Amino acid sequence: MSTPRKMNLVDTAFQRVLLFLIIILTLLFYPLLEPPYLSGPGWQSVLILPLLAYIILVLVQRYRGTALPPVEMGVGLFLLAYVPICLSSLRGFDGEEAPRNYWTTVAACALAAWLLNDLLSGPKYRTGWRGTFAKFAVPAIFSLTLLFLWEVLVRAFNVPFVLLPPPSAIGVRIANSLPVLAADVNQTIFKAVFAGYAMGCAAGFVVAILADRFLFLRRGLLPIGNMVSALPIIGIAPIMVMWFGFDWQSKAAVVVVMTFFPMLVNTVAGLTAAGHMERDLMRTYASSYWQTLFKLRLPAAMPFIFNALKINSTLALIGAIVAEFFGTPVVGMGFRISTEVGRMNVDMVWAEIAVAALAGSVFYGVIALAERAVTFWHPSIRGG
Amino acid sequence: MDRLRDKIVPVTAILLGIVAIWYVGAYLMNAPFQRDLDRRAGETPTFSEFVAKTMTQPKPTLPAPHQVAVNFFENTFLRKVTSARSLVYHAWVTLSSTLAGFALGTALGIAIAVGIVHVATLDRSLMPWIIASQTIPILALAPMIIVVLAAIGVTGLIPKALISTYLSFFPVAVGMVKGLRSPDMLHLDLMRTYNASGFQSLMKLRLPASVPYLFASMKVAVAASLVGAIVGELPTGAVAGIGAKLLNGSYYSQTIDMFSALLAGSLVAIMLVMTVDVVGRSVERAMGARPS
Amino acid sequence: MNALASPTQPATATVTAPVIEATGLGLTFETGDGPVHALSNVDLAIGKGEFVSFIGPSGCGKTTFLRVIADLEQPTAGRITVNGMSPEEARRQRAYGYVFQAAGLFPWRTIERNVALPLEIMGYSKAEVAQRIARTLDLVNLTGFEKKFPWQLSGGMQQRASIARALAFDADLLLMDEPFGALDEIVRDHLNEQLLQLWDRTNKTICFVTHSIPEAVYLSTKIVVMSPRPGRVTDVIDSTLPKERPLDIRETPEFLAIAARVRDGLRAGHSYED
Repeated sequence: MSTPRKMNLVDTAFQRVLLFLIIILTLLFYPLLEPPYLSGPGWQSVLILPLLAYIILVLVQRYRGTALPPVEMGVGLFLLAYVPICLSSLRGFDGEEAPRNYWTTVAACALAAWLLNDLLSGPKYRTGWRGTFAKFAVPAIFSLTLLFLWEVLVRAFNVPFVLLPPPSAIGVRIANSLPVLAADVNQTIFKAVFAGYAMGCAAGFVVAILADRFLFLRRGLLPIGNMVSALPIIGIAPIMVMWFGFDWQSKAAVVVVMTFFPMLVNTVAGLTAAGHMERDLMRTYASSYWQTLFKLRLPAAMPFIFNALKINSTLALIGAIVAEFFGTPVVGMGFRISTEVGRMNVDMVWAEIAVAALAGSVFYGVIALAERAVTFWHPSIRGG
Repeated sequence: MDRLRDKIVPVTAILLGIVAIWYVGAYLMNAPFQRDLDRRAGETPTFSEFVAKTMTQPKPTLPAPHQVAVNFFENTFLRKVTSARSLVYHAWVTLSSTLAGFALGTALGIAIAVGIVHVATLDRSLMPWIIASQTIPILALAPMIIVVLAAIGVTGLIPKALISTYLSFFPVAVGMVKGLRSPDMLHLDLMRTYNASGFQSLMKLRLPASVPYLFASMKVAVAASLVGAIVGELPTGAVAGIGAKLLNGSYYSQTIDMFSALLAGSLVAIMLVMTVDVVGRSVERAMGARPS
Repeated sequence: MNALASPTQPATATVTAPVIEATGLGLTFETGDGPVHALSNVDLAIGKGEFVSFIGPSGCGKTTFLRVIADLEQPTAGRITVNGMSPEEARRQRAYGYVFQAAGLFPWRTIERNVALPLEIMGYSKAEVAQRIARTLDLVNLTGFEKKFPWQLSGGMQQRASIARALAFDADLLLMDEPFGALDEIVRDHLNEQLLQLWDRTNKTICFVTHSIPEAVYLSTKIVVMSPRPGRVTDVIDSTLPKERPLDIRETPEFLAIAARVRDGLRAGHSYED
């Protein structure tokens, strides 16, 4: 549908050459290393504006479905060159008027990142090593762009520190508070979460086996277990703190209750997952209940059990952290979050949240890896 | 008859069993303190008197079921709903921010899912983060959102609703991405032979096909919303809401109050999930689902 | 073999330009195990008003050929025109109705809403939609089932509803991909009879994929025999049967002779391969 004239603008190889030329020229002429960085000679806007126009044009053309020359490299180089310039020139104008070309350059960076992701989402990057590369590169570029915009906007507009600290400040805070963060992780995760998680999952599993043995128990427990998953169990936290004291035991108790029911429900469901034919086969061998359980039904239930383990990994972290809002010794991630919020040290809160996110992802990742190893035969794993 | 035998009888039996264990637990957990009291008062009650005493403490370690039931009944039905001690009032405060957050979160989740399904770049950029974010204890953000918004003068319903929004949009977004991708190739090919536009395919095929997924994820989302609202009431020392009631109870060791607040929260949760379930079923029936 | 694979003679009783014309058509899928030649060097012309069956073992590319006509697959070699246009242009003009192997009705729509689906997409007026629903449901003998949901109908009725859906917008070309493959023999006979009547009444061009020899011979004015690896045309047989075909025509010597030739064509394709 697009006019041929417009197509010609971006559809030729010389466009790519031009892009590289502009980048090299700008790199040569920008006074990169001396403040105020971006305020180079006026004629440079002559370079920036066409660059911006070019990127917008390429984006528009892509969404109109026109074929394009491979510009990935050029866009990538552009980002490499300009993002540091934008970031370093921030120091020059905290709250002051922005240097010439600043916002056009920031906009060009954001759009170029979008374009790069768009290119990396194309059919060429669906298979093989390119596919693997794009699978990691695209979300990484996306999140780096968000961090970049976060940093630039927060600092350029002087957003109050309390409202939203720039990511660099959070990074600095993490680097400066490693011992405190480590102590919190030790208290909350290594003591409360792990103990509670292990006990809750084990208890859920054992009760599930019992429920499997006794039909009456299963019929009674399953509806209750399903219902409990909808309840705000986290509300028992203050009661557990009263019963088990301020230390990690009370948090572990909350985690036990929170992880018990998902494990119960999923394991019971999993134990019915083995097919009729396989079960009949075991019957023809006159195999006992326990033989059938260990040789057939438990392996078949593994995908369900791992599903519960994964759900529980998140629940356990939430349970332990929120339970700490109700009282702790002076260490722990939930304690740190609630006290630092009170002192308006939001950078510490963000640091703690970043650590919690990392811990949560690692916890989940380890279970997912174990799942791959145990249920390698399952189509969802086999199929890749 | 089958339903009675297969469901109602076993569930009731288990529930009765739980109540029985609860009574035994109440006796065991309250006994040490009661023994202490009796020793100081120099009393030597008989066993049955002693058991009765463990069930009537004003601040028991574990209140007996009937104590919770009486407290719940009084605070729900015998007080004016505008009274600060009425559980209906507190439940309403929590419910209103839950519902606001849930509505917003569902809308946001659907919008994001539509974007992910239709724009390849969004799919590749956002989807890994949405999946990863499920592993992150988002609830840890709650106190900060409350306090930070209070610092710039936003208090009351909105911050709590924001937390609920945040918690409910993830399950909806993930469920809807699955749902919008659930039509099989045959149906997609059919739309192609009609030369249907992307928007027509969305409205006539993808959205109707995703309805069962929508309601399944909304059930998870509404429960998460409620948890978000309750936790959102914790950090500021909020004066109203089920979370505030829990926090107050824990300050003054009012265990009976805490248990009845928990009971209220659970009933609200069950009511919400059941409402979503009933609405979902009737919508699906209206859309011609085979009655099960 | 060369004689068998030769391009078709002009179809009987057609003087106008062919509805579908393929020359040197090829389609190669790139897979992990190397390229798969789904279609190779296919030359074929289909005239207006013909009933053409494509028959062959699985993997011979008969469904792929239909999908190429429908612009659901893009050929990698040769050229093909539909109504003198590229398949994409034809699709954009909604030149054909497509009937899939499965009925593929939308489970959340009643039968009449399912038939209305293409009409809604193509922007027909409400009155027109109502009128066309009534007409096409009558054509496939489903009057009275308008308000039923698909699961309340038998498999044969569902497939008839999907044919009604393909007929609703009056495209002159009907592409049918093993529409009766999943049905039992008796229902199938019945539907074949009805399909012939429908073709007679509407004078459409029909491309029909099947792997049943009697079905192909019974229905068609032209039978295209195909063979796999690479998918290609091995024989094109013009039927000598009269247009009026009662079911028991299948016992006549004429019918059996054509069936025998089809079987020979299929066997030739096989011996070529194994």
